Order: sequence, then C-alpha cells, then structure tokens
Amino acid sequence: MSGRKQKPFKITVTHIGVYLSLILFLLPFLWMILASFKTQVQILNTENIFSITANLDNYISVFEEYAFLKFIINSFIVGILSTFFGLVLGLPAAYAIAKYKQEGLGLLILVARIVPGISFLIPWFIIFSRMQLIDTYTALILSHMLVTMPFIVWVMIPFFEGLPSALEESARIDGCTIPSAFIRIILPISGPGIITSTILAFIFSWNNFMFSIILAGEKTKTLPIAVFNFLSYSEINWGGLMAASVIITAPVLILALFAQRYIIAGLTGGSVKG
Amino acid sequence: MINWIDRNIKWVFTMPAVIFVALMMVLPVGYTFWLSFHNWNMSNIDPPLWVAFKNYQVLFNDPLFIKSLWLMLYFTVASVLIETILGIGLAIMMNQHFIGKGLVKTLFLLPMVATPVAVGLVWVLIYEPNIGIANVFLNKLGLPGLEWLTSPDLVMPSLILIDVWEWTPMIALIVLAGLVSLPRDPFEAAMIDGANSWQTFWKITLPLLKPTIYSAVLLRMIDALKTFDIIYATTQGGPGTASQTINIYGYVLGFQYFKIGQASALLMVFFLIVLSISIFTILLRKRAGVSL
Repeated sequence: MSGRKQKPFKITVTHIGVYLSLILFLLPFLWMILASFKTQVQILNTENIFSITANLDNYISVFEEYAFLKFIINSFIVGILSTFFGLVLGLPAAYAIAKYKQEGLGLLILVARIVPGISFLIPWFIIFSRMQLIDTYTALILSHMLVTMPFIVWVMIPFFEGLPSALEESARIDGCTIPSAFIRIILPISGPGIITSTILAFIFSWNNFMFSIILAGEKTKTLPIAVFNFLSYSEINWGGLMAASVIITAPVLILALFAQRYIIAGLTGGSVKG
Repeated sequence: MINWIDRNIKWVFTMPAVIFVALMMVLPVGYTFWLSFHNWNMSNIDPPLWVAFKNYQVLFNDPLFIKSLWLMLYFTVASVLIETILGIGLAIMMNQHFIGKGLVKTLFLLPMVATPVAVGLVWVLIYEPNIGIANVFLNKLGLPGLEWLTSPDLVMPSLILIDVWEWTPMIALIVLAGLVSLPRDPFEAAMIDGANSWQTFWKITLPLLKPTIYSAVLLRMIDALKTFDIIYATTQGGPGTASQTINIYGYVLGFQYFKIGQASALLMVFFLIVLSISIFTILLRKRAGVSL
C-alpha cells in the first residue's frame, strides 16, 4: 500500500493498460450499437464511420417485418421454465451431494457440462420426432434443462458445503423433516447462491443455439435462431441484423450489469476455492 | 413414509436429477453409440442396417475428418494459450489500484455473457472486407485490408481472435479472484529480500496461482473444444472446409447430409476425445492439489 504513492509512473501504466484493454473489449459492442442506428447507405460508407442520423428504422423493421416479439417471448418462456425446472431438480440434488459427500453422483451430473451437446443431438432429434415434440416448448425446455440443471448443481455444491450444519440440526430437533428443513431453513438462507445460479442458468439457456436449431420450429424459434432470418437475403440487411443483435444481447447484458457481483462469484467461485 | 423419506434423503434428493441426466444424456449417448455401428438414412423407411466397424473405418480414412480433428486442436490450443497469457497479464494489471475498478470489472463481464450467435454476427460485420472496421482501420494505417473470414489461411486465426476477445476476460477475472486471495507473507518476504517485480512474479505469484490457473484453463478448454455457435454464425465451417472443426463436421454430416451412422461414429470419437482430455486435465488438477 505505502509503496504506491512513490511510484506514480506505475499507476499511469496500469491505468492506460486497463482502460485500453477495456476499450478493445467493448469496441464490438459499440460497433454493434452504432450500426444498429445507421442506414444501409451509412453502413456502406466507410469514409465517415461515425456519421449516423440516429433513426429507429432498423428496430422498427425488426419488430414489424421480422416479427421479433414472438421470438423474444419464446426465448423468455424457454429460459424461465428451463431455469425453474433446473432449480427444482438441481437444488435438492446439490444439497444432498454436498451434505452426504456423494462425489460419484456429483461427477455424473457435472459430466453433462463436459460432454459435447452434439453427441446426443441425433438421438434427441429421432426420439423427439417420433414423439411429435419437434417445434414444441416441451422439447426445448427439456433440452435446455440439460444446460441449466448441471450448472445450478455446479454452482450450488460449494455454496451448500459452506453452510454450517448446525442450522439444519436445530430445525430437526424442533421436529422438522429433512425436506421441510430444506425448504424452510436452507433455501431462505441460500439466497445469494440461488440468485447466482439462476441468473447464469438463464443466460446459458437464453444464449443456447445448438439445441434450439435442431428442436425448434417456426412456432417455437428462439432469438439466436431467428436472427438467421436476416441472412437469407442476397444483400445482408446490416442495420437490421445489428438491431436484432442488440435486442438479443440487451437482456443478458442488463442482467449481467445488475447482478455483476453474483456473476463474478458464480463464474469464479468453484475454481478459486482450492 | 416421512421416516422413509428422511432415512433415504440422499437418494430422494438426488434421484430426480440423476434420472433426468440418465434419460437425457446417458441413454442418448448410448443410442448414438449403437447407431455408429449401423447404416441408416433417416429419410427412408428401411431400418438401420448393422455394418459393424465400417463407419469407423470410413471415418479414419476420411481426410476431412482428420482435418477437422486437427482444426479443433489448433483452435483450442491457440485460443486457450493466448487467453491464458493475456488473462494473467490483465489480471495483474487489474490487481493494482486504479480509478473505476469496480465498473471496469463489471464491464469485462460483457463479452462472455453476450449471446455467442449475436457476437459472431457482429464480428462478421467487423471483418467484412469492404465495410468492416477491421479493414477500415488497416487502411487508415496505410496497410492493405485482409480477407479475414474468406481466406482459407486467415479464417482460423480470425476465429481464434474472436474467441480470445470473448474469453480472455473470464481467465482474467478468475485469476484476479485468485490473486486477491493469495497470502501476503511470501510477498513481504520477497520485498525484504530485495526481489524485483519480475522475480516476484516468476518465483512467487505464478507458483501460488498455479491451482487457479489450472482451473481457469480446464474450464476454458472444455468449452473451446466444443466451440460451435461462433463458427456456425461466422463461417459455417468455410470457406470450403477451412474452419470445419469436428463439431461443425458432425453437424453437417448428421443434419445436412443425414448420414446418421457416419455422423454417429464421428460423434462417438469426438465424445471420447473431449471426455478423455477433460478427465486427464481434472486428474492433473487433482495432482496439483485442487478439488473439483
């Protein structure tokens, strides 16, 4: 601490380094937002890349011509429900694995995070086709749960391991069964962990592309699939494409900004412990 | 009944999740394994035909498969290596005192949570040869523009650059969290012994950070091997097959050509490679004294 004041040069280097990297990492977002307000003519003109007349035409066309509202709703339905059911299955599992040291079971569920999704996509496609579940929310929610649930377990195991066991024991002495102690005592004090895992699970479902591209159809298309509608034309509608990209990323970026504390903890928590 | 639930709570709580994983992952992977020994075209009504190891034989004589394997490894090793080096550097810078630290840390989260498909499409615009900012920038410097995504030689480095942009912040934030939790004593001792900052970094910081770096690399590597969204959104494996990693090739075989048996054999090999690399790294990590 005391050494820093004597080395003003070092502070400057740090400042320049950090801010410069930050600008580099934010530039594509800036570019996306700028282009989303430009007309096609302004995008094609590279002489003056900052000339924009800030109009909302691209955004209007995303909703009017490409009916994006439906896809936004689809993404929310699949994201919210797959996260919810992921919590229903994942929270008790994580708790039991943490409390009874069921490392084998923990590993089985975590393997779902390692295995490449595409290695079970053909069977899913065959089975869901036979059950006539292609282009239904059921198929999408079930598939996205294989993303959300293992992630929730992964975040919650170290969290539950950190809880003092005296809490549950005192509830047991008061006559609670384990499931009711879990619901009444454990879950309410696990707020931060549950928020972290919920937000991250939702983000992963929202961003998921591979499962949806196979299992979704016209009725249930989610945003990452719908954005490809823009590429089917001979000339790419860049402004519309960038407006759509802004619309897709905005919810997760806003969520990340609001919950940054939790997200950093969730992404780094398990890995720094050792 | 209630007693029975309490006595068997560790099964009551875990079984729904385990059964779900078994139904959604273990059985389907088994089904893919079974399909990999068959010849089957989904579009006709003939049942799958047993062909033993023929699909695997074809696969290992397929130059595109060998190439896709190589591209996957090239992409993973190059991305993760660059991200690790840059991430550690960034973390060390961010571990200093500077104005707006909290906000900067938050903003670094954005690349990794942004929807990969949207990220890919933005980079398609950035790399666009005529109107993309990458070439506009090069031209302003008096340099000729590059064919970022359309030249077979440049496409992989261009994709690696996107991955580096997207994931260096994650390595940086994990390493930063590790740096913050390091004990103070070794650093104070080094200062008293008169070590310069370079020596301190190599002899103290890096060894102490080893478990954290292992974790970050493992996480990143598992995902880099499976990269799909970014490649699909930017090049779909092209130009030609210049960026067709095994993940993309499997998708093409299975869902564009409907060569189910062939695709299944490829996916089983892919599955085994990712699983064994992951297990190998987890074991390495265990030896380094880190719990999973």
